[in-house]
Amino acid sequence: MSYRLGVDVGGTFTDLLLINEQTGETFTAKVPSTPEDSSIGVLNGIARICDESGIDPRSVSRVMHGTTVATNAVLTGKGAKVGLVTTAGYEGTLQVARSYCPGGLGGWVSFVKKPLLAPLELTIGAHERLSATGQMVTPLDEEQLRKDLRTLHATGQVEALTICFINSYINGAHEVRAREIAAEIFGDTPISISSEVVPEMQEYERTETTVVNSYVRPEVATYVNNLQAALEEKMGADTQLSILRSDGGLASARASAVSPVNLLMSGPAGGVSGAIYFCSRAGYNNILTFDMGGTSTDVALIQNSRARVRRETIVGDVRVRAPSVDVRTVGAGGGSIAFVPELTKALRVGPESAGAVPGPACYMKGGEQPTVCDANVILGYLPSDVQLGGKMQINREASVAAVQKVADAMGIGLMEAAEGIVKIVNESMFGALRLVSVEQGYDPRDFALVGFGGAGPLHANAMGVLTEAWPVIIPPGPGVLCAYGDATTQVQDEAARTYLMMASDLTNEQLVADLHELQVRAGEALLADHIPESEHEISYQADLRYAGQAFQITIDFSEAELQEKGIALLTGQFDAEHEQLFTFKLNDGHEILMIRAMAKAKAKAIAEFKMGEAGTTLDECKIHESKFYYGGDWHTANIYDRKKLHQGLQVAGPAIIGEMDSTTVVLPGYIAAIDAIGNLLINPALGGDSL
Amino acid sequence: MTARLIETNYQPLAKVDVDGVTVDIIENALRNAREEMDAVLFRTAMSPGIREQGDCFPMIANKDGKMVVGQFGSFIAPFLEAYDAEIEEGDVILTNDPYMCNAAVSHLPDWVVLVPVFKDGRHIAWSAMFGHMSDNGGMVPGSIPIQATNIFQEGIRIPPTKLYKKGVLQSDLLELILHNVRTPQWNRFDLNALVAACNTAAKRCVELAVRFGDDVLFSTMGIMLQRNYDAMKHIIGMFIPEEPREFEDYICDDGMGMGPYKIKCTMWREGEKAIFDFAGTDPQAQSSVNFFLNEDMFKMFFGSFTINVVDPQIVFNDGFYDLVDVRIPQGTLLKPNYPAALSGRTHALGRIFDVLGALLGMGAPEMMLNAAGFSDSPHLFFSGYDTRPEKNGEWFQLFQIGFGGVPGRPAGDGPDGHSLWPGFTNVPNEFIESYFPLRIERYETIADSGGAGLHRGGNGLSVAYRFLCDGDIGIHDERWLTYPWGVLGGDTGLRSTKKLVRVDGSEEWLPAKVEGIKVKAGDMLYFNTWGGGGWGDPFARDPELVRQDVARRLVTVDGAKRYGVVIAADGSVDVGATAAMRKQLVETRGENKPLFNFGGELEDIRARCEAETHLPAPVKPTFSGAQMSAK
Repeated sequence: MSYRLGVDVGGTFTDLLLINEQTGETFTAKVPSTPEDSSIGVLNGIARICDESGIDPRSVSRVMHGTTVATNAVLTGKGAKVGLVTTAGYEGTLQVARSYCPGGLGGWVSFVKKPLLAPLELTIGAHERLSATGQMVTPLDEEQLRKDLRTLHATGQVEALTICFINSYINGAHEVRAREIAAEIFGDTPISISSEVVPEMQEYERTETTVVNSYVRPEVATYVNNLQAALEEKMGADTQLSILRSDGGLASARASAVSPVNLLMSGPAGGVSGAIYFCSRAGYNNILTFDMGGTSTDVALIQNSRARVRRETIVGDVRVRAPSVDVRTVGAGGGSIAFVPELTKALRVGPESAGAVPGPACYMKGGEQPTVCDANVILGYLPSDVQLGGKMQINREASVAAVQKVADAMGIGLMEAAEGIVKIVNESMFGALRLVSVEQGYDPRDFALVGFGGAGPLHANAMGVLTEAWPVIIPPGPGVLCAYGDATTQVQDEAARTYLMMASDLTNEQLVADLHELQVRAGEALLADHIPESEHEISYQADLRYAGQAFQITIDFSEAELQEKGIALLTGQFDAEHEQLFTFKLNDGHEILMIRAMAKAKAKAIAEFKMGEAGTTLDECKIHESKFYYGGDWHTANIYDRKKLHQGLQVAGPAIIGEMDSTTVVLPGYIAAIDAIGNLLINPALGGDSL
Repeated sequence: MTARLIETNYQPLAKVDVDGVTVDIIENALRNAREEMDAVLFRTAMSPGIREQGDCFPMIANKDGKMVVGQFGSFIAPFLEAYDAEIEEGDVILTNDPYMCNAAVSHLPDWVVLVPVFKDGRHIAWSAMFGHMSDNGGMVPGSIPIQATNIFQEGIRIPPTKLYKKGVLQSDLLELILHNVRTPQWNRFDLNALVAACNTAAKRCVELAVRFGDDVLFSTMGIMLQRNYDAMKHIIGMFIPEEPREFEDYICDDGMGMGPYKIKCTMWREGEKAIFDFAGTDPQAQSSVNFFLNEDMFKMFFGSFTINVVDPQIVFNDGFYDLVDVRIPQGTLLKPNYPAALSGRTHALGRIFDVLGALLGMGAPEMMLNAAGFSDSPHLFFSGYDTRPEKNGEWFQLFQIGFGGVPGRPAGDGPDGHSLWPGFTNVPNEFIESYFPLRIERYETIADSGGAGLHRGGNGLSVAYRFLCDGDIGIHDERWLTYPWGVLGGDTGLRSTKKLVRVDGSEEWLPAKVEGIKVKAGDMLYFNTWGGGGWGDPFARDPELVRQDVARRLVTVDGAKRYGVVIAADGSVDVGATAAMRKQLVETRGENKPLFNFGGELEDIRARCEAETHLPAPVKPTFSGAQMSAK
């Protein structure tokens, strides 16, 4: 028997999922995360899951990992001390940034700039210059650079070094040379150069991205190396550790330690991969994902079972040019705090969150402020009168006391206030869903909505009502879906170059030749991980715009498509997408900004998820009778055990479906069916296609 | 003479009760719609001005034209008053003429698009957006001629005109307009983008009406306006004294040899009403530096500065306009007589914010008074024929906005090289270098340019432009003569300078407002913006922070002495020498820390001008009969 293990390290919990590659049997475990050293939590979890399932750790051949180590280093400001070498005259690139003060008119009055990730006192300028076309204007003054680097090194403060020169996106020669010189002086200190990390135009964004790479690099490297060593000790030397990147691909542990800036969205990417995994098997290839956690909600739009990848990653205040699954985050989650400003008497929810500590009032861990979670308790969506799979005790009285404050401030009743809080938070998540759908020219009604994360299944049915994206799908294990995603993706790498060519000046042959060159580079990482070329799946991308536009659209294509249609394939597809987005198109002036080749290891099938025993009646799945409040009325609702549900059963709302890590609400007038994959499919009870 | 809305469904919208939660939901949804307008515009616009710098402003208004969400306030009511025509479903109205829309836009390069929103034949709302076009024709590339003395020299004037009639593009008209600008392709895209953004907002309004009901949407907009009214009523009572308070500041010159021009404002409260009176402001200028200020727009400036205090999440709008009375005398710099030139209005616009900030803050300086900062968006124009190989002599024109020092504030130090304008960002130098014949050799903050203070003013920026082919440059800049003032004992910031270093090594200082300067390939221009004023007592600043600023090259070792801090050769603070120096400096100064530090009397500044700035002092403005008669 061989097993693969998916591990998702989140802010609060580390989720694990063990899959038997032959039978599809799964085991899950949830253990507290250990932010001081995440590998401890991972190892605890492995011990737990192997212990509970009785599986020998040595039969686990692959460990696939989604990690927030890099993200947390950024969010908590606990990354490395980064030294920076810029072109002389550009030492202030990070200090000036894009000169932007957020917050609208008058926003500057209260804007406080965060400390730079590479402080100015550790920044030096190198005398060198390349032109915008990559021609040398001023040679690199090596002697001066050596001298300045020695002074920088002598401060004893630099834990990671970054080199970013002007126009190096088009010619990295000076950066490469500067790295050689720096390596002589800095020895083992990791050095990141911008022409390798992100060879894209725009000096601030490229510098910031490369600096962030340096900032998280020592911590990620230590973590990955420790984990790899510990895994080998427990599971044998042939254990393969892979890490999920922000763009949804898997990278080997080795590759991810060098370019950790690509891991910042590792967690959310796992959720999106997991959603795609379950939905595509059920025949839903166009989905909106909606991952609601404690402090925030991530949403994404998936077309043809392929996540859109954006050339930008945002973590807190940090914005970098690293590819990531196009996930939008809103500060609305189960822990979001509701309040009423005295003057306007408006009901506001979030973005402040009660977090894990002190947490929502109902958990009795010191939280007294009313949260979305408390509203859910009061409304009966999170039953307090019965212990579900979760291990946390819920105290409804505490929730009532908290939410009553909001009700009093607004001069309305408790139930009305609780329902108001849920409606407001739903609206704010709806805003995020619109951002990825309607605002990109997609009609949500053409998609299914997938709810997961700790709180997603509670709100999913209501979000379906707002978006009209039916069915609403709750995949198996919605609370550990990220770990599913980790366990079901493939190793992949890419190579890219800035192109800046007018499509009309380019021949098909030239483009094919340039892509082939990138393809070889993209495949190298896979070969290094012992994945033979015959197992590589190659795809291409080009970023296009009308010359002069700042906006760009990424076009995906294969070599066969390019051979058949030529460059018109790209321009035609660009025009079509542009028209969908903006209602107009031009017919010439196409500029190709970047081209990219992606190499991905071919997928290996794993057996399907196992669900409840066929033949069990719905009544036998019932745990308890309860009630919840919806639309101004109380409704009697049965609580069912998801473990026991199986294909063919239908749960009519009002109902609650509980499982270890999550609770699904089925509203009155809706019905949840269980499909062959184990998904819950929620549809309107009348005229829905589930009937 | 007013516009007439043609509806096919005359059933009036009814005011209904809306529960609080629904109001909050619609408020959120309208906020999202307004943000979507920006998103649509940024993605589709083509000119660097709109796309990279964000020089554009969206709005959604109720059926009466009151702004429900947006930024700079509604101009629809005054616009409708001035527009004598019928408006129907599918119409899209375009204008750029401040004199035809009561200064809804304040100079010709700002093109405003207005869309009436209809549902089931009934008019339910408005969406509108304006954006700064790269060129509007006229005397100079970029269409902000300094030397213009009337608006006809500033390019094409578009009276309120239907760009679309009942949904049909009036392409002859569009081509006529675009034929008159130097950047037709950019303008075409940018205009397209403005229309797309307005149409998007219109669609969202209709969707909301479908979802909640027409009457609910209509009533909710009323409630949102009322919320602002209530909040602002409180704020006015809290912040605006009954005793009149006045402040004056200047724009340094008019680019034609005269200056400075005074902007004066007196503020007081009568009952629940705040009054801002600009009596005492100088008459209109001879050149294009006039700023035709719409009274409602000023109300919006005032509101946006204060409302954050009570509910930062409130969707800010027009609801409080009845609580504010703005008085601007006709014929002044802020309300010039037609056909005065208006294009160079950015300086007076910026200065208005310094004046407003001072008026509001001086009552509680420790809590609310900011120093004077980078309240402007100076321009550089560079245009000509690109004579480099492979460029085939093609025409180019670059429009760059400068960034400078945010002032020291109660909140802390001012950021270096930033912008006070909402949404503005600099254009990446690599982008500029790849599309224009120049190289930006240095882009750095100017050490010591921020005023010393307990909270340091932000530093200005020095940008070194190396021209790679011959061409013409034009410059619009400010605060080269009067100082960015400091407050509560804080120092003034360093003023702006422009130095041209010719390829032969010769140097010349350029005036702050100048055009038609010929440059040669190889010449280098140092465009140095000004720093922000300092806030609070510099001798009370933690010496460790001063040391850190020195290590970061934001302050020099010499500059540290303005804080009374002595930095030793090894970069550490010389504690003994610092204590001695501070003691002496405090003694010399005395305990009297001036609330405002303007860097001396205006006449002294004028007298020192040539010696300090290498430029002749502008002549005190004299006003012609036409200007005087307006007073």
